[in-house]
Amino acid sequence: MRSASLLGTVRLGWNSLLLHKLRSVLTTLGVLFGVSSVIAMLAIGEGASEEAQEQIRKLGSRNVILRSVKPPEDLVRGAESSRVSSYGLTAFDHQRVAQTFPGVRRAVPVRQLQQEVRLHDRVLNPRVLATVPEYVDVTGRPLSEGRFISAEDQQRFTNVCVLGYEVARHLAPFESPLGKRIKIGADYFTCVGVLLPRVPLGTDQPAPGADVTGEVFLPLETAKRWFGEIQVKIRSGSREMEEVQLHEIIAECESDEAVPLVAAASREMLARNHTQQDYEVVVPLEQLLRAQETKRIFTIVLSSIAAISLLVGGIGIMNVMLATVTERTREIGIRRALGAKKRHIVTQFLVETVVLSIGGGLLGIALGLLIPIGVEYWANMRTIVTPTAPILAFVISAGIGIVFGLYPAWRAANMDPVEALRHE
Amino acid sequence: MSGPEPVAELRDVTRVYRMGSHEVRALDGLSFTFRKGEYWSIMGSSGSGKSTLLNLLGCIDRATSGSYKVRGQEVGGLDDDELSELRSREIGFVFQSYNLIPQLDVLENILVPLFYQDDPPADGEERARMLAERVGLGARLGHRPMELSGGQQQRVAIARALVNDPAIVLADEATGNLDSKTALEILALFDELHAEGKTILLVTHEAKIGERAERTLRLRDGRIDEVVENRAGLTAAGGGA
Ligand SMILES: Nc1ncnc2c1ncn2[C@@H]1O[C@H](COP(=O)(O)OP(=O)(O)O)[C@@H](O)[C@H]1O
Ligand SMILES: [Mg+2]
Repeated sequence: MRSASLLGTVRLGWNSLLLHKLRSVLTTLGVLFGVSSVIAMLAIGEGASEEAQEQIRKLGSRNVILRSVKPPEDLVRGAESSRVSSYGLTAFDHQRVAQTFPGVRRAVPVRQLQQEVRLHDRVLNPRVLATVPEYVDVTGRPLSEGRFISAEDQQRFTNVCVLGYEVARHLAPFESPLGKRIKIGADYFTCVGVLLPRVPLGTDQPAPGADVTGEVFLPLETAKRWFGEIQVKIRSGSREMEEVQLHEIIAECESDEAVPLVAAASREMLARNHTQQDYEVVVPLEQLLRAQETKRIFTIVLSSIAAISLLVGGIGIMNVMLATVTERTREIGIRRALGAKKRHIVTQFLVETVVLSIGGGLLGIALGLLIPIGVEYWANMRTIVTPTAPILAFVISAGIGIVFGLYPAWRAANMDPVEALRHE
Repeated sequence: MSGPEPVAELRDVTRVYRMGSHEVRALDGLSFTFRKGEYWSIMGSSGSGKSTLLNLLGCIDRATSGSYKVRGQEVGGLDDDELSELRSREIGFVFQSYNLIPQLDVLENILVPLFYQDDPPADGEERARMLAERVGLGARLGHRPMELSGGQQQRVAIARALVNDPAIVLADEATGNLDSKTALEILALFDELHAEGKTILLVTHEAKIGERAERTLRLRDGRIDEVVENRAGLTAAGGGA
């Protein structure tokens, strides 16, 4: 027998809503947009935090990077272009960071050379980086094949090199470059390893053209021996000579907490020992925190939009339900006269509101799943839709229905049956 | 006065409407007993208290003072839920404007009173189908009220009023919206129901309709003016109890 079962009541509510299709659909728009912004927001937020964590992994969140920066021309240039301008980080700076800074586990020096790289008739001008074996561990760059520079290479000044992926592909497109004698500047170096491509942050594909010059790695000690301290740059006709001992010092910290301390110590040390502003200190963690802050603001804006549209949607639903209750005063009177208890009337209208808001919620979930796809496509931001997001959205929309349906339902239930029956 | 069991007993019932400082005594110390199987018409001029009486009898309104018992149960002390349950079990309403629920079909409309019972009978749907058949709408169970004529709608309403096997059927100007031919058909249906032993109260302002009932209770200013035995009613129904 059909008693006042929930299913029967839901069907009843559905039928009533179908009587006013357009009105019902319009009513749900607020909830629809609210719910879709909730889902989109969660997806974008989730994607952003995932991205941030990946950035931390890639950059090495525990690294503090000290870099040589060429000071403004007028400060450096003594006079003629033939003179040697000397600036930047020194081996002494490296020693200080590596040996005296508390919180630093190890510090990797990097020297960058301007040298032509050649294999047979193939020529490239990549970044030639002279560094130490720990470089790959500190920067977390994986090997594609072979090995990286070893301690033995350093001690024995061996003529070996490790190629970046793109360089290897360019110099030896059809075979492995391992064992090949690569000409760097005027000297030959045996290729002992190839690194995996450096993936631009936040994407899975190497950005086109990002690494055309690529990277080649040499043992620091070998490089010092063969290339000396002074580099000659040919720029727009004039010979420019620079003396830069180290281009980068990558300091790996013992913990995340140590990062700001090491950064501060580095800045202080450099400020004391350098007469000119020929350095910069880059802290990936700080950059990440800034990026996360931006994303946090983004999330706040989105959640405000979501909250406002849910509120507006809820009020819209309440408004329509109040109108419905007034419109159906007579029906309420009839039902009460025929034996409906107050709770039956409350349930009936509440179910109707909840059906309405859940309907809007479901449409909102559908739209909310489309938005992240669009955001990925056009804004090139990563989004992740977790299974909890649609569930949460569903619960929210049902909640909206209950919260904003309660008052109209209560009004309906507390009508005087006699008055309600007399209503036209 | 003894006879069949009383189904509705009013003792010194007063219903006062207060409008600001102004008071209207719609029912003024009314005492009366309706018994099982009786067919009454309630008449009186406009404002004499007919509707007020019917609302009280139907438990959708409460007396200001006095006692009202349905099948021996005092109604005065019941809370809203208990009163609603009582309506769904003991009262059958037939309204002037049919008052079917537009979004429900015929069968569902007939079932509404059972829908709201705490413990609905298992054979409710069967009963509803039988009653639809009984009022001549067995072939229209799936129709919406909009698709029915006034007379057909009122038949559905009568079936609905009977589905819970109520102590008393209350009809307020049940033929007021119908043309005279259809009205006569509905009245004939009431006659049949009376013959089957149902207890019926029919409020009307038309003397011709009132006379069809077994007896007429005439109100004036919220009091009983007179009680009339109707020959025609007796003849039509083939005698009372
Ligand atoms: N809700 C109400 N508020 C105030 N006065 C009312 C109300 N309902 C009925 N009355 C008054 O009570 C008296 C009886 O009304 P009613 O029972 O409707 O009479 P009838 O149905 O016989 O015309 C009338 O004087 C009417 O004005
Ligand atoms: Mg009246």
